[in-house]
Amino acid sequence: MDFLDAPDEAEFRERFRTWLADQGDAIKRSHSDDEYWTSLGDWHHRLYDAGFFALTWPKQYGGHELPATYEVIVDEELAAAGAPPKPSLGYLIQGFSRHGSDAIKERFLPGLINGRDRWCQGFSEPDAGSDLASLRTTAVRDGDEYVINGHKIWTSYSDVAEWCIVLARTDSDVPKHKGISAFAVPMRQPGIEQRPLQMINGITTEFGQVVFDNARVPAENMVGEPGEGWAFAMTTVSHEREPHTLGFAARYLKAVHDLEAQARATTLSSAQAAELAWAFTEAEMLRLHTARRLSEQLDGVKHGPEGSIDKLLMTWAEQSVGHAALALGTASAIAGGSAEGLDFYLYSRAQSVMGGTSQIQKNLIATRILGLPTS
Amino acid sequence: MDARPTLEQRQLEDAAVRLIANHGVQAVGDLDDAARRSKLDTALEQAGWRELRTGEPGEGPAASGVEAALVARVLARGAADTAFVGPLLDHDLLRRAGVEPDGGPFTIAVTSDLGALATDPAGAVAVDAAGATAALLAVPDGAGFRLATAAIGEPTTTVDLTRAVAQLAGPATPIDGASLTADDLLAWESLAVALTAADLVGAMEGAITLAVDYARERRQYGAPIGSYQAVQHLLAEAHTLAEGAYSAAVHAAWAADALPPAEARQAAAVAKAYAARAARTVCETSIQVHGGIGNTWECMAHVFLRRSLLATELFGGDGPQLALLAHERLGAR
Repeated sequence: MDFLDAPDEAEFRERFRTWLADQGDAIKRSHSDDEYWTSLGDWHHRLYDAGFFALTWPKQYGGHELPATYEVIVDEELAAAGAPPKPSLGYLIQGFSRHGSDAIKERFLPGLINGRDRWCQGFSEPDAGSDLASLRTTAVRDGDEYVINGHKIWTSYSDVAEWCIVLARTDSDVPKHKGISAFAVPMRQPGIEQRPLQMINGITTEFGQVVFDNARVPAENMVGEPGEGWAFAMTTVSHEREPHTLGFAARYLKAVHDLEAQARATTLSSAQAAELAWAFTEAEMLRLHTARRLSEQLDGVKHGPEGSIDKLLMTWAEQSVGHAALALGTASAIAGGSAEGLDFYLYSRAQSVMGGTSQIQKNLIATRILGLPTS
Repeated sequence: MDARPTLEQRQLEDAAVRLIANHGVQAVGDLDDAARRSKLDTALEQAGWRELRTGEPGEGPAASGVEAALVARVLARGAADTAFVGPLLDHDLLRRAGVEPDGGPFTIAVTSDLGALATDPAGAVAVDAAGATAALLAVPDGAGFRLATAAIGEPTTTVDLTRAVAQLAGPATPIDGASLTADDLLAWESLAVALTAADLVGAMEGAITLAVDYARERRQYGAPIGSYQAVQHLLAEAHTLAEGAYSAAVHAAWAADALPPAEARQAAAVAKAYAARAARTVCETSIQVHGGIGNTWECMAHVFLRRSLLATELFGGDGPQLALLAHERLGAR
């Protein structure tokens, strides 16, 4: 067990740190306003062009084929520099890699990895949240195409995306988990309507609703076989639950560093100091847990239920940081001062819902990991 | 970077698991089985794990903090009622002063609140004192500290039914050896705190396994209680807390050797603060899942809870650790 950098890792860390120091205005200080979210596309291009994104992916698709633990270095240095996290795309890349044909991978992975194509994920529906398999969006074959009708929600970045990975029912005569297929659907077409959602912290650009009204997609854009959509979705969400896929340990440590800088300029009560020290403890725990998980991938990526543990730990970490932000900033925000901490807190409430609620994660941990009987 | 245990570390862990399977505490009644405890003690002595942190003067310890933490975790998981962390930390401190262990078995003396290594015999208590005849403390000496020993009284169990505590029964007698700096003691304390975090991880895992097994067997309303989400969620949360605590604890044990003392001490504070809060929730959850039986003496759940109460206070629980982090990182009082 060794948490220190090997010589190659140390060289990479130094190179990345030097590059980060030159990024200037690209490193925004705010966490969660609309400007931040829209600037993430630019950040993706910068990271990719400089060779600091898609570290572990095949060179064939624009990756660097480095060991998984290099992602720890990226997260740590992003946090230390106060930079935005890396783009959260690893879970989609996992889904394509595991279920897509070679033709699908060659067609879509390079654009996904280099940031040329922006993607959103059309999974949840108004009546299919935790019970995703009950989704009602349909895809009906029509010659060389499928025609899609339905309503998706919580579709992150649907307003800027060129592509949506849509789960749709292609067979209603089989059990609900077996009749779903996945499609790479072009977003810029007449049959698709955007409806932005405003979240409790005021942002409008992250989450959207997407309505498909006779939208069309070429049959060759199906990812995996007909009926393989559920397996695709499970691969995707299992990785969407992993903090190392999302780069969120960096996001929380950056937030803690910002709060600490704010705290040093003022006098904290001992209760506030303890709340902030606890947020640091949670964020550090997540960094170390991430290092452990990525080390476990040095011999190959696993697709197990452990992501549910990681998702809960990540949720608790984010919400602890949110509580510290609240403890330090509520009064000034209410009085009209900086509301940044309040925004972080409000945004943190979504973490125990998005990517599968905490309740669902606990169901999975209890039955798939602890081996408790299903009722 | 590779945060996984090495092959040798996994083999050591497996050996500890076997030792516990043979001689550990499976039921509360086992605590009264002196013959079993004697076998456990002998097996641990023969394994040489209390000497993991010995070493020739001027050289490093026989094994890193990670090995010590992995053993501490497995012993706690099996509610091992024999001394380990105390003698190991005694040896570690002696090594730092360049002193060969002589005239043991020893353990360490801590302040009356259990929060720090004792620097004065008045009010100090020896912890993890089963089988020990004396305890080690560090008395101020000029700008540094000099090690001293004090005889101890008859060890007795207190809140923790698996580990003995003893009052000091004599004055502190300085022993030959190098003077230790505050940094030397900080490095030692980092290991000590990390090992109590690892002990808490093991106690949590023992309490969780106990409760999961019970939830599979115990039936109400015609089904195992473990099939109900209300119970499942308690156990899932407990398991997740233990996993997070493990990730931080092994890092702290590694850091005790690999990072400068001030950084190692922060890593230890993170691990201990997390493990202490987690362990209380987890052990209380184990009692809750057991229902009424969980509140009886015969259920092992309170043995793990009690062990975690001592491990939490030893070198400071979440309160002191968070205060240390706030002080170090923010300059807060």
